[in-house]
Amino acid sequence: MSAIVRTDVDEKKRRLLIVATGVAGAAAAGGVAVPFLASWFPSARALAAGAPVEVDISKMEAGQQITVEWRGKPVWVLKRTPEMIAKLKGHDEVLVDPDSKAARQPDYVKGPERSIKPEVFVAEGVCTHLGCSPTLKKEIGAASDMGADWPGGYYCPCHNSRFDLSARVFKGSPAPSNLTVPPHRYASDTALVIGEDAKGA
Amino acid sequence: MAAIERPPVTGAGPFNGLLTWVDRRFPMVPLWKEHLAEYYAPKNFNFWYYFGSLAMLVLVIQIVSGIFLTMNYKPSAAEAFASVEYIMRDVPGGWLIRYIHSTGASAFFICVYLHMARGLMYGSYRKPRELIWIFGVMIYLALMAEAFFGYLLPWGQMSYWGAQVIINLFGTIPFIGEALAIWIRGDYNVSDATLNRFFALHVVALPLVLLGLVAAHIMALHEVGSNNPDGVEIAKSIDPKDGKPMDGIPFHPYYTVKDTLGVAVFLIVFSAIVFFSPEMGGYFLEYNNFIPADPLKTPEHIAPVWYFTPYYAMLRAVPPIFGSQFPGVAVMGAATLILFVLPWLDRGRVKSIRYRGPKYKGFFAAFIFAFLVLGYLGVEPTTVWGEFGKGLPLIGGDYVALWAARILTVVYFAFFLLMPWYTATDKEKPEPQRVTW
Repeated sequence: MSAIVRTDVDEKKRRLLIVATGVAGAAAAGGVAVPFLASWFPSARALAAGAPVEVDISKMEAGQQITVEWRGKPVWVLKRTPEMIAKLKGHDEVLVDPDSKAARQPDYVKGPERSIKPEVFVAEGVCTHLGCSPTLKKEIGAASDMGADWPGGYYCPCHNSRFDLSARVFKGSPAPSNLTVPPHRYASDTALVIGEDAKGA
Repeated sequence: MAAIERPPVTGAGPFNGLLTWVDRRFPMVPLWKEHLAEYYAPKNFNFWYYFGSLAMLVLVIQIVSGIFLTMNYKPSAAEAFASVEYIMRDVPGGWLIRYIHSTGASAFFICVYLHMARGLMYGSYRKPRELIWIFGVMIYLALMAEAFFGYLLPWGQMSYWGAQVIINLFGTIPFIGEALAIWIRGDYNVSDATLNRFFALHVVALPLVLLGLVAAHIMALHEVGSNNPDGVEIAKSIDPKDGKPMDGIPFHPYYTVKDTLGVAVFLIVFSAIVFFSPEMGGYFLEYNNFIPADPLKTPEHIAPVWYFTPYYAMLRAVPPIFGSQFPGVAVMGAATLILFVLPWLDRGRVKSIRYRGPKYKGFFAAFIFAFLVLGYLGVEPTTVWGEFGKGLPLIGGDYVALWAARILTVVYFAFFLLMPWYTATDKEKPEPQRVTW
């Protein structure tokens, strides 16, 4: 084997080959990194567990509330009576955020009802104070053991936070804001989908 | 290089032959000489110089105790809490191994904080030691990540909600935050997937990173030589007879013996904590962590372990801007990352605080004070913040603690950001030619 003669080396070609090999190697390394990084995204099982939940509300009676689990959280579906809906107006002055200005609900949920259909109210049953789950106190007035002027609502037993039937927090509660309304839509008149925004919203 | 055969080893008595054989195949004797027997360190190291070697000792303690903990721990949301209690109650010696590991975590940060304070005081980050400092800051960041991942593993209430809060910090990053938080958790909540990956990172990935960084830290140190309390380079005064620094002494046996004393004293204190106060009044092990994780119930007061609290206080001190917590998160991140540029912010002509002028000393004292008080404020629940300085006619009224945290955050950053100015214009004392005692 003859010794390498320095002048015989094509430096330009050598540099090109080194750069080309380096770039190809880096691209390959980047490609190999993809499955590793992708493995950190929620697995199919976690996605399935976090998928939207469809609820049949056709059999719900007025005044009835059911609790659905979505992403490990209790979600309430309350079928409000006309009387309940009427009671939502008229106590704005004792609410912290009567117009729900804080972003705790999707944009398509507006007004004192905080719902798409006034008679069907959907909210996450997790207190905004420290995450306990409040209880429904739907009776109005003294019958509710919440005092004579109770308009119906939710009561958190952990630290006495009070909310109305649109889960708007009353002044003087430790909870800083209204309860969260999760994204939801209606697949049909009686099929409520929790965890998915209304189409086109 | 390898073509030149090394001379036979002498001075090892009956082992000369064996060492010569090894030495022709692996540079054992040269490594020993380069890093211990003929590594010349300044003769004037003081108390502050214990903490580098102690931090390495704690690293070894953590690796060994950690390996044994993994033998009984189960990284699954359903079993983790019970498996830790199993280690505590049923595994022979398990309680001791776990308390060694939990105390070691805090001891690691104590050693590293004191080691960093030493570096600041004596200008050990200055030219030509910038890379030693940068590797050191990387060790500090890796250590914080290691501690954070490890804290989730017992799957107690504090583990769970601490992780929830920290991961949500990433969730505040504009645009990508929400997706990033889900990617880190692998789920919509901190869950089994999160626990499992944190376990992998805590026991495999980060220990490897830490070991690599420690090796780089020491290689860089041994390349340029150690600084000392005077900040005077011993390489400037070489003995013409033997070519060794006149103010240097071989690391072995002089500093190996000194560090052994440090190890003995450290282990006395460490054992006292492990045996008599492993929870350290709730600072080393938080009481809420003896309650299993409950995703539906947030504890009253979430505070990180003490070593993160200065940054946590900064996070709470910054008000939300445009309804986003991100500015606080950015301040917190900047507070750690600013350490990287420290070597280029310092324009002083001397290195050691011994010869610095009054401006530097003032800023340094304010910085240490700010860091400690922020640490205290970060431990306390926000309800106590209202009590802090109550009744005193101080700025902020009921929000004295909040304003204190804000002012101290500014002081923390002023130490760094004003450094080019106050170090350049300071009235420094002349450095001596040779090191003093």
